[in-house]
Amino acid sequence: MSVSADSRLAAVAAQFPVLARLESGHPLCYLDSAATAQKPRAVIDAVSDFSAHHNASIHRGVYPLAVEATELFEGARERIASWLGSSVAETVFTKNATEAVNLVAYSWGRRNVAAGDLVVLTQMEHHSNIVPWQLLCAEVGARLEYVPVDDEGVLDLDALDALLAQRPKLVGVVHVSNVLGTINPVAEISARAHAAGAVVLVDGSQAVPQVAVDVAATGADFYVWTGHKLYGPTGIGVLHGRRELLEAMPPFLAGGHMIASVDWQESRFNELPFKFEAGTSPIAEAVGLGAAVDWFRALGIEAVREHETELVAHALGRLVEVPGLTVYGPPEASRRGALVAFALDGVHPHDVSEILARDGVCVRAGHHCCQPLMRRLGVAATTRASFAVHNSREDVDRLVDGLHTVREVFEL
Amino acid sequence: MDDLYREQILDHYKRPHNWGELEGPDLEFHDTNPLCGDELTVQIRVDDQGRVHELRFSGHGCAISQASASMASDEVKGMPVADLLKLDRQFILDLLGIDISATRMKCAMLSLKVLKSAGLGAAASWSDAETAQPNGYTP
Repeated sequence: MSVSADSRLAAVAAQFPVLARLESGHPLCYLDSAATAQKPRAVIDAVSDFSAHHNASIHRGVYPLAVEATELFEGARERIASWLGSSVAETVFTKNATEAVNLVAYSWGRRNVAAGDLVVLTQMEHHSNIVPWQLLCAEVGARLEYVPVDDEGVLDLDALDALLAQRPKLVGVVHVSNVLGTINPVAEISARAHAAGAVVLVDGSQAVPQVAVDVAATGADFYVWTGHKLYGPTGIGVLHGRRELLEAMPPFLAGGHMIASVDWQESRFNELPFKFEAGTSPIAEAVGLGAAVDWFRALGIEAVREHETELVAHALGRLVEVPGLTVYGPPEASRRGALVAFALDGVHPHDVSEILARDGVCVRAGHHCCQPLMRRLGVAATTRASFAVHNSREDVDRLVDGLHTVREVFEL
Repeated sequence: MDDLYREQILDHYKRPHNWGELEGPDLEFHDTNPLCGDELTVQIRVDDQGRVHELRFSGHGCAISQASASMASDEVKGMPVADLLKLDRQFILDLLGIDISATRMKCAMLSLKVLKSAGLGAAASWSDAETAQPNGYTP
């Protein structure tokens, strides 16, 4: 089914005000949603409406305005939890996915990982799911090992089993790779890891906007994601954590709101999820994320997935026309999220993206916060085009046309 | 004719001057652009009058960073090592002869950074302020 055949998505681009602007004199062709998604009017209005009409400090004031703000904030949490198959107590608001991983590495990690223990990650993790574990392992004297990625960009599950035989304390895995596009079998990985006694953290930053996610079905003990990639505001992310684990964990940040009572020498902590939400929350941002979830659910993840898979298939089909171009990750669109990273022989990704930008085509160039994976792929950097609900086949065609221009400029 | 990727820039990118590695250099410095993963190393052999006798760049990067290193390598041959420290960003910009946007300034200045750092020797105290943009924007 094509874009135009789906009426829910046909007019969707008109809902993004930023798409009306010109980039270098051309209509904006935004192919960097994996870095951050553009915002639909519904989200912009929700944030602005909150600030204009409902703003107050939440959870404490008893005047109507404060009650309203609290209801909007907690309502967003409820809708997010129910959408993703989690629960309110197990849905903690954080600043972003990075903070969510840090929260787990700090509060759970420092209680449960000790000298000589093993932490297992994969070679396709984003820096946000590597560096917090490096700090933990260095601090407590634990070891870090990585599940290798094969030449198609797929995790070697036999190698995972070999690592699981060493009884690691944690397995951390990205749900959808932000470079390879690979959709990892997280439920299978969770099952194997649990059988070996490990706790599982899944990074769903790319997955939540791109594929159907049911946190409970992934089996993850911790599932983290970020709001701004789901068309929501920056500054708001989510940690879903299994209740028993969250309850046993000490707080991460301490201060107001995360307490039940404070005495001169010690304090008792608030119930979940507030124990992990010290200080004034990003209230407008959470309300905006709630609006993004409502808006996204109305489109329907099945329609979004079908649309973006079709764009990726079109991109994979057309990119092979460009001489000297290498695509990374699985060859079939059905096995990928909504992005394609590639290398063009003889041209550095910075130069590719610079020349594409002259035609209004915005792509990401660099290591995509995956330097270890770049090392595995044998490249310093790649160019990445990522797709969103508002993109069309024409956007893909503009990308391919632009790549031919890049080759002309570089006299290839 | 393309302003940014003019012929001279592309020539230096495709066939960089003084590229490769030196056996047992007197001075050496390696640095990276953490934002894009680009890497550049300079190795310098100093003659008995304290001048740059021979130098080689190696690493990988975009056309702007590679051309900047290649062009600079021609200029600093024969220069007293102490003078490397006096090089400034205008030296590179003049060599490139093109407008460099804020997002590409780090690319252009990586060669300057490693040259000056090599000149300072092991105790490099070269500051990032040299390439910092007024608006703090980086690619």
